[in-house]
Amino acid sequence: MRTYALLILLCSGIVAFSQNCNNTLSGTVTDIHDNTPLVGATLVVAQTEQAVQTDFDGKFEFKNLCNARYSIQVSHPNCLTRGFTITVNGNTEKHFQLEHHLEELNQVTVEGKAHKAKTKTLYENTISKEKLESYSSETLGDALKSLSGVSSLNTGNTVVKPLVNGLHSSRVVIINNGVRMEDQEWGAEHAPNVDVNAMGNLTLIKGAGALQYSGDAVGGVIVADAAKIPIKDSLYGKTIFSAASNGRGTVLTSQLTKSYLNGWYGSVQGTLKRFGDFEAPDYVLSNTGTFERNASLHFGLNKINYGFEAYYSYFKNNIGILRASHLGGAQDQIRAINSDTPLIINDFTYALIAPKQDVTHHLARLKIFKKVQGLGKVSLQYDFQENNRLEYDIRRGDDKFKPSLDLQLDTHTVMVDLDSEISNSFGLKTGLMGRYQKNYADPTTGVRRLIPDYEKYDVGAYLIGDYTISDNLVAEAGARFDYTFMDVYKFYRTSFWESRNYDQLFPDIVVSELDNQILTNPQLNFYNASATAGINYEFGKDYNLMLNYSLASRAPNPSELFSEGLHHSAARIELGDLRFKSEIGHKITLSLQKEGEKFNFALSPFINSISDFIVIEPTSIQQTVRGNFQVWEYRQTQAQLLGFDFDASYAFAPNFRFNHQFSMVKGYDRTQDEPLISLPPVDTKNELVYQNPKLNNIRLALESEYVFRQNEYPNTNFNVYIPATETTETLDVSTPPDAYHLLNFNSSIDFKATTNSTLTVGLGITNILNTEYRNYLNRLRYYADDLGRNFLLTLKLNY
Amino acid sequence: MKHFRILSATLFATLLFASCSSDDDTPEPVNEEEVITTMTVTLTPEGGGTAILLQSRDLDGDGPNAPTITVSGSLTAGSSYNGTIVLLNETETPAENITLEVEEENTEHQFFYTSSGSLNITTEYSNFDDDGNPLGTQFKLNTGDASNGTFTVTLRHEPNKPNTGLGDAGGETDIEATFNVTIE
Repeated sequence: MRTYALLILLCSGIVAFSQNCNNTLSGTVTDIHDNTPLVGATLVVAQTEQAVQTDFDGKFEFKNLCNARYSIQVSHPNCLTRGFTITVNGNTEKHFQLEHHLEELNQVTVEGKAHKAKTKTLYENTISKEKLESYSSETLGDALKSLSGVSSLNTGNTVVKPLVNGLHSSRVVIINNGVRMEDQEWGAEHAPNVDVNAMGNLTLIKGAGALQYSGDAVGGVIVADAAKIPIKDSLYGKTIFSAASNGRGTVLTSQLTKSYLNGWYGSVQGTLKRFGDFEAPDYVLSNTGTFERNASLHFGLNKINYGFEAYYSYFKNNIGILRASHLGGAQDQIRAINSDTPLIINDFTYALIAPKQDVTHHLARLKIFKKVQGLGKVSLQYDFQENNRLEYDIRRGDDKFKPSLDLQLDTHTVMVDLDSEISNSFGLKTGLMGRYQKNYADPTTGVRRLIPDYEKYDVGAYLIGDYTISDNLVAEAGARFDYTFMDVYKFYRTSFWESRNYDQLFPDIVVSELDNQILTNPQLNFYNASATAGINYEFGKDYNLMLNYSLASRAPNPSELFSEGLHHSAARIELGDLRFKSEIGHKITLSLQKEGEKFNFALSPFINSISDFIVIEPTSIQQTVRGNFQVWEYRQTQAQLLGFDFDASYAFAPNFRFNHQFSMVKGYDRTQDEPLISLPPVDTKNELVYQNPKLNNIRLALESEYVFRQNEYPNTNFNVYIPATETTETLDVSTPPDAYHLLNFNSSIDFKATTNSTLTVGLGITNILNTEYRNYLNRLRYYADDLGRNFLLTLKLNY
Repeated sequence: MKHFRILSATLFATLLFASCSSDDDTPEPVNEEEVITTMTVTLTPEGGGTAILLQSRDLDGDGPNAPTITVSGSLTAGSSYNGTIVLLNETETPAENITLEVEEENTEHQFFYTSSGSLNITTEYSNFDDDGNPLGTQFKLNTGDASNGTFTVTLRHEPNKPNTGLGDAGGETDIEATFNVTIE
């Protein structure tokens, strides 16, 4: 813990030589981090016992002081109290700064501040703005992957889904500027619709402990926030331009912020990202380009005691899916897997053809807050999201340019939160949430709906309390309850309806029977309870021990419940189950952390036991006129995941630092006594960094990443008869690829462009050795190698 | 405080608007236009006589039921047959003839005929695409000595053309059906 604050002498006034004790001492008290004025700070002059409080602008004034030295104690409810010694000589002006640390620990999201801590007893990894900027040309998933315990489930290299301690999709909740993302996260090939350039910081909570956001984050919570805007008169911005050799792409992102001392602020931001086909070491990965256009607008009023915030963001992304991954059936899959190179390799192009995705996401949020004396901070938030997903497959005839999937998901949420401090040591957060969601699947696609039309209603309530037992021991406990009602209209194939015995089990939900389809109206109720409890113990000079237990309950998502048919992008038939219950996870996390100047580390072992865990895995082969397809069925089982993440950093010489990361997760299906499918292999990163602030802040970093082979996996291979050769061949879809090692280089240097602006030039090389490798968690690993060498040039101008 | 009043008003107006926009109509069914449920291969003896039908029919498309394979009779040894292939989507009424679409996009499609080694059959293409490469909705089949085995018909979408057979054709399989055939 840093317990010192800085005293900055701005004016050493030598104004008068009066011997009278009628001098005035005036000035301001501000937050050391961002110069926000601190309202209601108490200043006491030890010698005279005079006491004053700062006003709304953080200003104070003492009268009748002599020309002498005084000791002044400055305190604020949310800051560490500090003593200062000052000399009064005539009318004097002094500016005091306090470490505004406690407020950030205690008060979450209320002012749209940097989310320093979302829970008190779970270890949180954060990615700073500077680090995020280095991922300007990549995706949110890529940025998160730099944290220990996070890997990603990829479809190629542009669809990157974060995997937290082995779990992904609906089990990882993403909070974008206080709004829970509802962007059809259930699909394994649906990446989060968040622009990494719009974010000021990213926080990862590896557990469901952040109950104010959700109770169903069995895997974890990712909190992405726009940069904090200070309360002062200022105008600033940044522009980043990067160019990458692999994919021959460029990214331009710009942000401009204006703020006023009276609390008003506004910020606009936009990103344009365009890449053509990416390249593996030996060939072009045809149809893997991307074209992303994003914009966001943020404005509001922050009067400390009241204010409002409005945020709107627009995200649009066109993503090509590797052309060679579109397959007709098992016999095509065998050909594709047995071939060393993709079956289709075309010349480099920026153009995208089918298969491709076209995703648009609108997010709007309006929030008002007010501090009510004796009650706490009350906030009311309404947010709206509209997600439109178009997926194009390779089609025939008139349908050639029609999407095969056209889903629109609209979500409205209202939240009321109360953050109160019952006493100095006891804080309480409570809130209510109501949500309405509607999915509409456009029937004009001419392809049966992958996700049915539905309306969903959620109501939730939570209560989280934290109690400071002693200076170094904090306890936290919370509970949340969510009720979900789903009203669904789903067409089932009559043959499937009968083969599942649904005609016996659910005769009441049939609305009408058509030739070979049945329209049903399932109405589903889910009651989910979640809870968290934990302690945080500080000891020694800078050690910290956290123990947390989280109970998370997640209602099955529409994909798990209603999938029924061929999923072209995966060349497999996927079947959900209407009978699924909520999945319930119990996660225990222990973290030991040392935060020293020279050496720091964090060790976080965890165990996550999940009952009714919904897993999808191959079960059989189905014959169709189109050939044989592998059938993947969802089922519920008893699962257990355990592992640990280790981070360490050591400044072994001046300007040199060594960083280390190691993550391991093992997962088992306890019912069938076999490993779980698609779990990340063990991986370790080691980095050597040279950084010299005196030499234009030059930074040189060499990183090595070693990914082991996943040795524990279920065997889901199957046999296929190939008529052309009259043989039966094994389709090996389960054997993981070999271990691999990548070397990456990163550098940056700052130049003073003008008095107020800095130009940062960065040069990076990823996969320096142009290593050929395949990643177990890349869904396209069967068909192509991963990315080859990439040179990245980044120019950043801060003004 | 004025801000709050305006904001609250906006907020509730939005909510009201949003909650009124839902409609209760039941969704309309999707008739899959591209599904191929039925492939019928008609083999007509060159000198005339009863045609032999080979059919693969899967009325539930990608559903759980496997296709029904029927072969109407045996082929005669040492004969020539004219083969035609018709693809139907029988989920629609009346059934849609997909062969027409395939013939329209003839450069992007090709049929392949393969037989197990024990079956004495040779085939040759009778129709070609706009570039002069084989298409194969029509073909000629010649039988040798009496034997039996399997005869497989495969339709590939976007194959490499020209090619020497399934081995280097590439593309994606649109249809694949294997028939047990006897030559007497």
